Amino acid sequence: MEPLTEHTGRAIVLRRDHVDTDQIVPAAFCKRLTKSGYDDALFAHWREDPDFVLNRPAARTASVLVGGANFGTGSSREHAVWALRDWGFAVVVASSFGDIFLRNALKNGLLAVALPAETLGALADAVEADPDLAVTVDLHRLELRAAGGCHPFTVDKHARFLLLNGLDDIAVTLRGQDAVLRYERDRRPWLPSMAPGSLTGEPMSSRGRR
Amino acid sequence: MGRARTIIDKIWDDHVVHSADGGSDLLYVDLHLVHEASSPQAFDGLRREGRTVRRPDLTLAVEDHNVPTDSLLIQDPLGRAQVEELRRNCARHGIEHFTHGSARQGIAHVVAPELGLVQPGMTVVCGDSHTSTHGAFGALAFGIGTSDVEHVLATQTLPLRRPRTMAVRFAGTTPADVTPKDLALAVIARIGANGARGHVVEYSGEAVEAISMEGRMTICNMSIEAGARAGLIAPDETTTAYLRGRRLAPAGAGWERAAAFWRELRTDPGAEFDREVTVDVSGLTPFVTWGTNLGQAVALGAAVPDPESFTDPGERAAAVRALEYMGLAPGTRLREVAIDTVFLGSCTNGRIEDLRAAARVLRGRTVAPGVRMLVVPGSMEVRRQAEEEGLHEDFLAAGAQWRLSGCSMCMGMNSDRLRGGERVASTSNRNYEGRQGDRARTHLVSPATAAASAVAGRLASPTELDGGL
Ligand code: SF4
Repeated sequence: MEPLTEHTGRAIVLRRDHVDTDQIVPAAFCKRLTKSGYDDALFAHWREDPDFVLNRPAARTASVLVGGANFGTGSSREHAVWALRDWGFAVVVASSFGDIFLRNALKNGLLAVALPAETLGALADAVEADPDLAVTVDLHRLELRAAGGCHPFTVDKHARFLLLNGLDDIAVTLRGQDAVLRYERDRRPWLPSMAPGSLTGEPMSSRGRR
Repeated sequence: MGRARTIIDKIWDDHVVHSADGGSDLLYVDLHLVHEASSPQAFDGLRREGRTVRRPDLTLAVEDHNVPTDSLLIQDPLGRAQVEELRRNCARHGIEHFTHGSARQGIAHVVAPELGLVQPGMTVVCGDSHTSTHGAFGALAFGIGTSDVEHVLATQTLPLRRPRTMAVRFAGTTPADVTPKDLALAVIARIGANGARGHVVEYSGEAVEAISMEGRMTICNMSIEAGARAGLIAPDETTTAYLRGRRLAPAGAGWERAAAFWRELRTDPGAEFDREVTVDVSGLTPFVTWGTNLGQAVALGAAVPDPESFTDPGERAAAVRALEYMGLAPGTRLREVAIDTVFLGSCTNGRIEDLRAAARVLRGRTVAPGVRMLVVPGSMEVRRQAEEEGLHEDFLAAGAQWRLSGCSMCMGMNSDRLRGGERVASTSNRNYEGRQGDRARTHLVSPATAAASAVAGRLASPTELDGGL
C-alpha cells in the first residue's frame, strides 16, 4: 500500500444514524470473488430513491462521507468498505462506528474519523451550506480541518502506523514468527484440533497429541 | 496473586503472543471458522503473496450463507462459484471442510459448538459478526472482516488493542414464558443498538446460570446487535456437562485437566469492568422488534411507540424512517400486526431446543391460512436429531416447511428470500431494511413466539393461544 498521510476533498452528508452494512452493500452483492468493482453495490437499495444523497451530482465528485451515529454497524462484510472506496470515498466521518467496520476501513486505507456529535453536526451543516467546502483529514497530526475549524481525533495506533508507512499488516506480523512458535509450544495440550483424523477414530486425548 | 481480573482479561492475557508499544497485542487464535462468503478474497490474497495457511488444523470451513435449503443444487451461478471456490481453497490448503449435503454441514456457529470444538478460555474468530455466539462457552469469540481472515490464515494471530469490558448482570428470576431471545432483545432495547460498542460483555446473574448452553448461545449471539465486540458467559457445570463426550472435547486425563482449568476461569471478586449494567428480568414478557434496528424493540403486549417520545433527535429520525419502512403507525398494538411469513432458524435460534420450543406450540395446531412457515435447522446434525424426536412431523402436520440446514432467510444471499413488502416473524437476529429480501419487513421474536404467530397469522405469544395474555 502507498503511505497515507492526508486527504482533502469535498463532502456529502448522509444524516442517518445506525447505517448498517446491509444498507451500504446489500447481501446479494456479496457473492463476488473480487475485492473491487463494488461501486454499483454502494447503497444499492437506497439509491432507488431519486432524492437519495448519492444520486445528487455532488456525490460523484465527493470523497468525504459525513454520516451519523453508529455508522457501519452490523455485518462484518468488508464489501461495505470496498464499495465506499470504489465509489471514490477516502474518508468517512461519523460520531461513532461499528467496531468491525472501523477495523475493516482502516485496513483498506479508508479513513474512518469519529468526531463528537456536536462537532459532527456543525460539520454537516457547514457542508450542506457549502458543497464545495474542502475537508482535510490529517492522519499525521490527527486532526480534521474544515471551514477554519480544526478538530482532533484518535485512530488505532497500530493501524495508523501501518497507514503512515504504507506497510502490509501480514508482513509485519510474519516478522515476529519466533514469538508465535514459542507461544505454540506452551499451548494447553487438550485444546481441540481439526487435524486429519480428528473427526474419526478415537477421542482427542487418547491420540497422544503433544 | 496479581490484581483482580475479569474473565475477559484472563482469556486475553492468556493469548498475548507479544505486546508492541502503542498498546497493540498480538493475540493468538485457537479456532478460525471460515465460510464461503467472506473468505474468497482472503485466500486470493494469500495466493498473490505466495503465503500459506499457517495452521489448517485450527481452521474449519463450512458452507452456510449461500446454500439453498430446499435442494442440494445451487441454482445461482454466483453462489455456486463462491462455494466451489471455497472447496478449491480448502483442498489446496488442507482445511477440513463440511460441504453442503454432508451430515456435518450447517451454520458455522451451530456446527462448531455441537462438535465440542469451542471450549472455555479459547479465542475464536470467523469472518462473520455472529461469531460472538461462541462466548456462551466462556470463550473470547468475535467477528472479523476479510482482511483479518487473511491475516489469521497466514499468521494464526491478530494485532488487537485490549477491548474495554462491560458487565451485564441479570437480576431476578426469569418468568416462565420469557426465553433467552426475549432476554437478549430486552437488553438491547434497554442499552441501545450502540450500547455496548467497543466492549466485550460478560453476562452474569442467576438468570444466566439457569439457562442452557443453547440459550446462552442465543444471548451471546445477539451481543453484536448491541454493538459489542463479543459477549461471554463464564463456564460452569452446565458448560462442562454440555462438552462432556463431544467429539472434539478433551477426554481421559485431558478432560480432568481441562475441567480443572475451566472451573477456575471466572471473574475474580472485586475485578473492575469499564461499564456495568444491571437488568431486572423478573418483570419481563416476550419481546418483539417494531423497527429496523435492534434497539427498536418492545414487549409483545405493547404498542408501536410514537417517534415523538424519543428525546435524541437521531433516534427520533430513525424511528420515523423505521415506521415508514415497516408500514406501521404509532399506537398500533403489536399483537394486531398480521404476518405472512414465519422463519424459524439461523445461528440465533436454529438449535434443537429452539425447534422443540416451536414444535411444542405447533403440536395439534395448524399454520394460519395464507401464512408460510419455514423451519430451517441450524445444522444437519440438528435436523437429524429433530427427526429422531419426531419434531419434523409436528412441523409438517401443522403445514410448515421442513428444510435442509443453512443461513436461509436470515439474510438475502440464497434463494430463501421474502418478496416485496412481505412481513415476517423471524427468529433470526437482524431487522435491517431489506435484510431478509427486497423491502422485507422483519419482526424479530423467539421460536415460541414465532410458532404462535404462525398459528394466529399475526404476532402472538404462546400463552395467547392457550387463552391467556
Ligand atoms: S444465520 Fe444469519 S447471522 Fe447467522 S451466520 Fe448465517 S447469515 Fe449470519
